[in-house]
Amino acid sequence: MRTLTTPLTLDKVSRLNSGDIVLITGTIYTARDAAHKKIVEALPPHQNFGCGGVPFDLKNQIIYYAGPTPARKGMPIGSCGPTTSSRMDDYTPTLLKNGLKGMIGKGKRSDEVTKAIKKFKAIYFVAVGGAAALLATKIKKAKVIAYPQLGTEAIYKLEVKDFPVIVAMDSKGKNIFNRKKKG
Amino acid sequence: MREVSANIFPSIVADLVKEANYRLPFGVKRLIVEFSKKESSPLGRYIFKQMLDNIEIAAKKGMPLCQDTGIQEIFVDIGRKVRIKGNLEKAINKGVSKGTKEGYLRASIVKSPLFERVNTKDNTPAVIHYKFISGDKVKITVMPKGFGSENAGDVKMLTPSQGLGGVKDFVLQVVKEKGPNACPPLFVGIGIGGSMSNVTLLAKQALIRPLNKSNSDKKIAKLEKELLQKINRLGIGPQGAGGKITALNVSIEDFPTHIGGLPVCVNLSCYLLRYKRAII
Repeated sequence: MRTLTTPLTLDKVSRLNSGDIVLITGTIYTARDAAHKKIVEALPPHQNFGCGGVPFDLKNQIIYYAGPTPARKGMPIGSCGPTTSSRMDDYTPTLLKNGLKGMIGKGKRSDEVTKAIKKFKAIYFVAVGGAAALLATKIKKAKVIAYPQLGTEAIYKLEVKDFPVIVAMDSKGKNIFNRKKKG
Repeated sequence: MREVSANIFPSIVADLVKEANYRLPFGVKRLIVEFSKKESSPLGRYIFKQMLDNIEIAAKKGMPLCQDTGIQEIFVDIGRKVRIKGNLEKAINKGVSKGTKEGYLRASIVKSPLFERVNTKDNTPAVIHYKFISGDKVKITVMPKGFGSENAGDVKMLTPSQGLGGVKDFVLQVVKEKGPNACPPLFVGIGIGGSMSNVTLLAKQALIRPLNKSNSDKKIAKLEKELLQKINRLGIGPQGAGGKITALNVSIEDFPTHIGGLPVCVNLSCYLLRYKRAII
């Protein structure tokens, strides 16, 4: 079990290996399909600022692919587990090129994303899909910082403590998905 | 003829929608516990532990098990001796809306799927299937289906000559290619026969068949067992992170088909196979 605080650095990322269990503490940002589309439209080469530009500095940050359920009174957030990462694959290389360092989601990634992760020395974590009520207990604060009109797909700034993830693809290009089958 | 007013359905459906999202059917939970003991990969065991903890937390706190509270797939079996007074479809959707709001469920349904994709904000409309059965009762089953696993399903119109081998190959290919993204360990629902439209419904109905029952046809029951063993030799493991346990159950439903075809559908469910039933 390893611990990690945000923002990330090249040094912190290089020390993690595929298969490591990691507890993350600090700030992370949610973004799903619709928010990715908007962020990429605001970045070069499109640079369409009609939607207000990139809502946070991507440099060394982690994006969590998640769309939570509504929060009950007195709770920071509702259930908040990872969504399928591959739907974000078309956008990810652009985000990594612009400084994004980490992603949390579930499932496999495309070859393009795998290459981009290695090239930009980034990291891809998976959280346990469906463990949404458990993961919500690790989120201490949540605030919508962009695209409130998208509802659950808005960008939330989350403060997490000991948020449990597994390194699925490390900065050296190793991943947990292509291992040889066992018995 | 027994008369039942549609007015009673909104509150019944609202409760089913909430309950199905908070608590797993007993048999589903028991199966996860049972299989978790068979997993030998350390990462797989760690993942199983989080899955089981999550199930406890969701039930205790009244929180949705998964943030994807699903599209509401609703099966209504109406006894032939029952007459329903009023608009049942409207009443069911009223219940879905009520349950979504009261239960703090995520609104995940968009209208104009190809263009505007505007959120309906209350998970309506539900996908409703009606069927007539014997007796004077109404059986209603609410199945919230998340799209992580729904997107991973597939249908194929095989030819009769492709036969048993073709069916096995197709099922294994779907699980191998799309299973890792569908939150394994999986429940695998398979439809065989009928037409292109009803083979997909058969696959979904297979998912909510009682877990302690195999298909009544012995040859098909044998195929269910064989496919489960073969899937668990793929090595995908919990969450696709490698391991022995890739699927928890395989269920097949079949229907007569045309002389020229052999339709097959695979509908995958994540380990959180959610449904709740009421008999009225």
